[in-house]
Amino acid sequence: MDMHVSFGGLSLKNPVMTASGTFGSGLEFAPYGDLRRLGGIVAKGISLAPREGNPMPRIAETPCGMLNAIGIQNPGVEDFVRRTLPSLPWRDVAIVANLYACDAAEFGELAGVLAAEEGIAALEVNVSCPNVREGGIAFGQDPAQIARVTEAVRKRAGGKPVMVKLSPNVTDIAVCARAAADGGAHILSLINTLAGMAVDIRNRRPRVANVVAGLSGPAIKPVALRCVHQAVRAVDIPVVGIGGIASAEDALEFILVGAHAVQVGTANFLRPDFAFGLADEMEALLAGIGASSLDEFRGSLRLPL
Amino acid sequence: MSLRVCRNVTVLEVSPVGQRKRPDEFYEIRLSLPDWDGWKPGQFVMVRPASWELDMLWARPFSISSADADGLTLFVQKVGRGTARMARLAPGDQVALWGPLGNSFAVEPDTPTLLLAGGIGIAPFRGYVERHPHPENLRLFLAHRLPLECYPYDLLSNRVDCRCLLEACPADLDLIIAALREQIAEYAAKDGLILACGPTPFMRTVQTFAAELGARAQVSLENRMACGVGACLGCVAPDAEGHHVQVCTRGPIFWADKVRL
Repeated sequence: MDMHVSFGGLSLKNPVMTASGTFGSGLEFAPYGDLRRLGGIVAKGISLAPREGNPMPRIAETPCGMLNAIGIQNPGVEDFVRRTLPSLPWRDVAIVANLYACDAAEFGELAGVLAAEEGIAALEVNVSCPNVREGGIAFGQDPAQIARVTEAVRKRAGGKPVMVKLSPNVTDIAVCARAAADGGAHILSLINTLAGMAVDIRNRRPRVANVVAGLSGPAIKPVALRCVHQAVRAVDIPVVGIGGIASAEDALEFILVGAHAVQVGTANFLRPDFAFGLADEMEALLAGIGASSLDEFRGSLRLPL
Repeated sequence: MSLRVCRNVTVLEVSPVGQRKRPDEFYEIRLSLPDWDGWKPGQFVMVRPASWELDMLWARPFSISSADADGLTLFVQKVGRGTARMARLAPGDQVALWGPLGNSFAVEPDTPTLLLAGGIGIAPFRGYVERHPHPENLRLFLAHRLPLECYPYDLLSNRVDCRCLLEACPADLDLIIAALREQIAEYAAKDGLILACGPTPFMRTVQTFAAELGARAQVSLENRMACGVGACLGCVAPDAEGHHVQVCTRGPIFWADKVRL
C-alpha cells in the first residue's frame, strides 16, 4: 500500500512525523532506528536567541500521561542551523523547524533565517506553548494574534509550507483554525498540550516548578481527536493530528477523522524506537481492516445523520 | 556488538535483598542480556516493563550494578509507584530496556579512590569494584539506614576496604557528616579520587566538603527523566555557569565543581 502523502506543499514518504519537544533534534534517536524511515521530524522548538528554559522540576508522570514545563530550552537558531541541521538526513526525511518567538516581528525574523536553509522542509509555528510566560499560549488563545503571527511567518517563509500548531486550551478550536487559515497557514497541526497541574500532598508543593504545565500522552487523545475532527470541518487546509498516539490504531483514528499525517509525541518516551516502525504497522493495519488506500480511508468517518 | 540498544529482554530473577529482617524494600533484578559488554561503571539503563501498558508511561532509570555474559543485574529500592511495580516482576516477564546510557565514573587504577555510597547509591559501585584493575586502591564508605544485609555489601566487603555508618536516628546524621568530612579530608591530602552516589542531600554534602578541602570528586545525579536519551530536557541540572545540561547524556556523573546541586 502506498503510504506516501503530499499535502500543503509537504511531501512525506509516510504519514508518521515526530512531534516537537519529544524527539530532540532527531539525532538523539539515531542510535535506535533509521531516521529515514520517518515521514518527518519536527525538531525541538527553536528561538532566535538561546534559552535556558524553566527551573527544575520540569516533568511529572500522571496516569496515562505526563506534565512538562521545559520552557523552550534550546541553543538558538544559529546553533541549530550551523551544528544540528547539517547532521540530519534532510535529503531523505522532511525536517520541520518548530518556531518559538515572543511577538509577530520576531516570528517573522526567525522564519526568514530558517527559510533560507535548504534542509528545512517546512516551518511549524508554535503559538500554543503553555510553559512560557511571554508569548506562547497568549498567542494561541487570541484568534487575531494567531492570524497576525501566521501572516508574519508566511511573509518570510520563502515559499516553504507554514504549519501552525494550535492549542486545545481555547473555547472554540474552529475559530482558531480559521484564524490560522486566514493568516495564510498552509497546514494546521493540533493539538499542543493541555494545561494541567499535579501536586504533592506530603510536601504541599506543586510537582512541577512552573506550577502549571502541559499535559500530554494517551490521556489527551480523546481531546485531540475532537479538536482534529472540528478543525478538519472548519477549514479547507490540511491538518496534522497530534495527541496521545501510542499505537498504529491510534494513528489511524486521526487519519479517519481527516488528518493527512500524525505526529508522535510522548510515545517516543515509552521506548526510543517507537516511531520508526509505526508507518509499517499502520500499513498492515489498514490492509487488515480492508482499506484500499490511505487516501480512501482518510476522512471516511461515518457520522450519525 | 554495538552499544546502546533498545530491545525487549526477559526477567530472569527478582530477589528481595535482606527481607528476612526488614520489610521488602530492596530488590535485585536480573535481566537476560547475553553478551552485553563494553558498559562502564556509573552508566545506567532505562527499563519499562511491558505490563505497564499505558497507565505508566516513563521507563525508569537504574544504575548498572553488574553485567556479564549471562545478564544484567540491577538493584532496585521501592520508593514510588514505578519501583513498587518493578518489584512485582516475575521470571519470564518482558521489559523494554535501552542503554547503556550516560557517562561513567573516572577510573584511575593507581590512585587511592574513595567510594562514597548513600544507601542504594552503593549499586553502581558493585560494578566499579568488579571492573577496577586494582581494587586494593579502593575504599568504600557506606552510609545506610537499613541493616547491611539489605545492600550488596558482602559482595564488596570481600574485595575492598569497607567502612559503614548506620543512620538509625537523627543524631546519627551528624556522625555521618563528620565521617564524610574526615574521609574526604584524608583523600584530599593524598590527592586521591572521590566518587559519590546517593540521595541529593548526600551528594550536596560531598560537593561542599570537596570544595572546602580541595578534593577531586565526582557525584552521580539521579534526576527524574522521561527519555534517557537527551531529548525530553526533563532531567537537566545547572552546570557551574548556570547552563541547563542533560543529566542523562552529559551525566549522570559530574565533577563536583562543575554542577550545581
